[in-house]
Amino acid sequence: MLAFIIRRLLQSVLVMLTVGFIAFSLFNFVGDPVSLMLPPEATQADRDDVRKSLGLDQPFYVQFGTFLGNAVQGNFGISLRLGRPVSQLLAERLPATLELAMTAAVFGLLVGIPMGVYTALKRDKWTSKVLLTGSLVGVSLPNFLIGIFLILIFAVWLGWLPSFGRGETTAIGFWTTGFLTTEGLKAIILPAITLGFYPITLIMRLVRAEMLEVLRTDYIKFARARGLTNNAVHFGHALKNTLVPVITITGLQLGAIIAFAIITETVFQWPGMGLLFIQAVQFADIPVMAAYLCLIGFIFVVVNLVVDLLYFAVDPRLRVERSGSGGH
Amino acid sequence: MHSLAVSTTSSRLKSIVAALVLSTAVGASIAGFSADAKTFRWASQGDVLTMDPHAQNEGLNNSIADHIYEPLVSRNRQMALEPCLAVSWQIVNPTTTRFKLRDKVTFHDGTPFTADDVVFSIGRSMEKTSNFISLTQGIKEVRKVDNLTVDIITTGPNPTLLDQLTQLRVMSRSWATKYNVQRPQDFKNNEETFAARNANGTGPFVLRVREPDVKTVMVVNSNWWGKRESNVTEMVYRPIKQDATRVSALITGEIDLVLDPPLQDLGNLKSNPALKILEGNEVRTVFLSMDQGRGELLYSNIKGKNPFKDVRVRQAMLLTIDVNALQKTVMRGLSLPTMSMIAPQVRGYSKDLEKRPAVDIAKAKKLMTEAGYANGFEVTLDCPNNRYINDERICTAVAGMLSKIDIKIKLNSMPRATYFPKIQNSDTSFYLYGWGVPTFDSLYTLQSIIHSKNATGDGEQNYAGYSNPKVDAAIGGLKTELDVTKRTALTRDALMLHQADVGHIPLHHQVIPWATRKNITAVHHPNNQMWTKWVNVN
Repeated sequence: MLAFIIRRLLQSVLVMLTVGFIAFSLFNFVGDPVSLMLPPEATQADRDDVRKSLGLDQPFYVQFGTFLGNAVQGNFGISLRLGRPVSQLLAERLPATLELAMTAAVFGLLVGIPMGVYTALKRDKWTSKVLLTGSLVGVSLPNFLIGIFLILIFAVWLGWLPSFGRGETTAIGFWTTGFLTTEGLKAIILPAITLGFYPITLIMRLVRAEMLEVLRTDYIKFARARGLTNNAVHFGHALKNTLVPVITITGLQLGAIIAFAIITETVFQWPGMGLLFIQAVQFADIPVMAAYLCLIGFIFVVVNLVVDLLYFAVDPRLRVERSGSGGH
Repeated sequence: MHSLAVSTTSSRLKSIVAALVLSTAVGASIAGFSADAKTFRWASQGDVLTMDPHAQNEGLNNSIADHIYEPLVSRNRQMALEPCLAVSWQIVNPTTTRFKLRDKVTFHDGTPFTADDVVFSIGRSMEKTSNFISLTQGIKEVRKVDNLTVDIITTGPNPTLLDQLTQLRVMSRSWATKYNVQRPQDFKNNEETFAARNANGTGPFVLRVREPDVKTVMVVNSNWWGKRESNVTEMVYRPIKQDATRVSALITGEIDLVLDPPLQDLGNLKSNPALKILEGNEVRTVFLSMDQGRGELLYSNIKGKNPFKDVRVRQAMLLTIDVNALQKTVMRGLSLPTMSMIAPQVRGYSKDLEKRPAVDIAKAKKLMTEAGYANGFEVTLDCPNNRYINDERICTAVAGMLSKIDIKIKLNSMPRATYFPKIQNSDTSFYLYGWGVPTFDSLYTLQSIIHSKNATGDGEQNYAGYSNPKVDAAIGGLKTELDVTKRTALTRDALMLHQADVGHIPLHHQVIPWATRKNITAVHHPNNQMWTKWVNVN
């Protein structure tokens, strides 16, 4: 057990190091931040001076080493664009991104599960076929296009919802929330739908497939033989057993939603981490980009680690140490 | 039990009554306020980087800073100089100008404005971490004479001193000392400075809310010394990065003015009855530069010599590039095609700089043959793709035009973050550049772009190595000449010689459209600056 956990942890560290390294080496190609920080009229001496003070004149491995050392202590330096500590910037943006991601995930579950159940039970109905085909469109349309369509329909034509921003937010300690004002609630609807589109279709298809599988098993046949009502069979027995993989996938999907939020946040000017990242890219704001990529990598690694450990607890087969290195 | 119920009912009744009274009172006060409360909301692609008036010399930052902070000398609606924090000035001797300061002006925190603040602020803009050093060129020292008088000492006679001063904004010395922000943003100390998110100036608007990348809110300064020409009581600036979203927000009325509507949407916006477009040219000239310094081009198939050194090749290119076609197709009519390196608003401009030879491919081909390039040559054109309006498409069109005289262009377009370092190292043979003139004086262009590069800072941005001693001599005269007529003549001399050399190929002055709601009146500023003090919401 302990060996398993240690192995997993070591692997996670390795993954984080790789993410850090790749992120950091990419930055050599995004351009020179100094030319954006200084006016075009600045002299070469001024530029060299700033470059030196930022440590940009050091060789690559020294820069990377310094970066790792500081990153472990949670210090990602200062944003070249905004002149503020990166950790502080990310902490400010985290609530916006998490609220959006959570809403999108909940939305995905609330819409995706009923749709999945429906299409599994009413397999041959034309409505099911429409939903399935529609979900294909949902998967294949790019996120920003869905967002722009929604803005066009609900903000420009109907005028029901705001086209951008987060509305009024309320601060609770370090956390700012948009859930406590009508404006904030109205503002989250369109971005959450945009971001939730993919999870909806994914969950719907997953639930449908699992449902169809479960409905074929013996205990369902037995339940029917016992004379239970259709509702009791479908929702009491079949759906319950379907949800285990669904919840796992949703958990893993959460990491992806947070990462995908970049596009949705840009379309809706949602002041989260994704928007911060996009602006950092344009400005060659290396500290922000590095910190963001590492943070997203970290979220993925943690979610995976938790899922792995949970499996270990749930599935007894994993607990049996395999002897030798196996047959392949 | 019963009595308890009564007491809760009665207390609830009381609170309802109280709430009613309160709400009517509040309602009345809101109604009273809303009669003249006007909120003006505007947007553009990016956000202001800092509230510090000396940390970022960039268009949007300067726009926002001008709401809060004021310079000694400002510009009126015709872009002519007018007194601001200084009421008058006179030249005491060739290197000293004396400024009388405005009396009874207070900063937003209530402290009075004095000569100490001027000495402090100009000194602050000359600090190493300031972004405004180039605008303090020639200023040696600022001396306090008395509480409301300062002397500015220059290294020599300085004809552009007043123009430079329009960009040097005044902070409160005591406030800066109190919050330890005596120097502009310093990236070396890993902390945010107080002045980056707080502000205290003398200007017509007071900073209320600053949420980076979300919004910046200001309210009108009721103690402002100036005469109010705007009915706006609250100003909200919101960055909206995505073009489609920004335009949508304008159409839905969530935003009143967009500073940078995408060109492809202008047609739709114009036909929308709720909107209108304000157009005007920016003081920014877009031109092509050819490496004339090196003996062999870095990026060309011609070895051992540099075709751009031959004036006939440059003339042939000038005869081939059709700036009117560029204006019609690439710029959708939104540019002022030009032969001049300076825009009409720049002091020293004259109409006769605009004579451009008509497009003549046959003559151009003949010149190419005479120069020994009958079969043309290959060269790489470096081009930014997110700096000037339609920059990459301009380059593509130019490449197509030059192919007519067999100059084969390899287009190398890149984002500004990689483009500028490359150009600043002169690592180029042929490039597209745009040059704005914040001082509204021709010297700014002539000295940086056209003068030969030397150790004293002339030709700082002359990356193409253009050099003509006669042109340099005229520019040298311009540096210390104070008489306006003589300055225009010197500018004309320098630019005419430069034109005869085809030192650069000017394309156009950029035209900037703003999109607003119909009920907004705003003044289009040739520096592309949005000043709410000239905005009215009807």
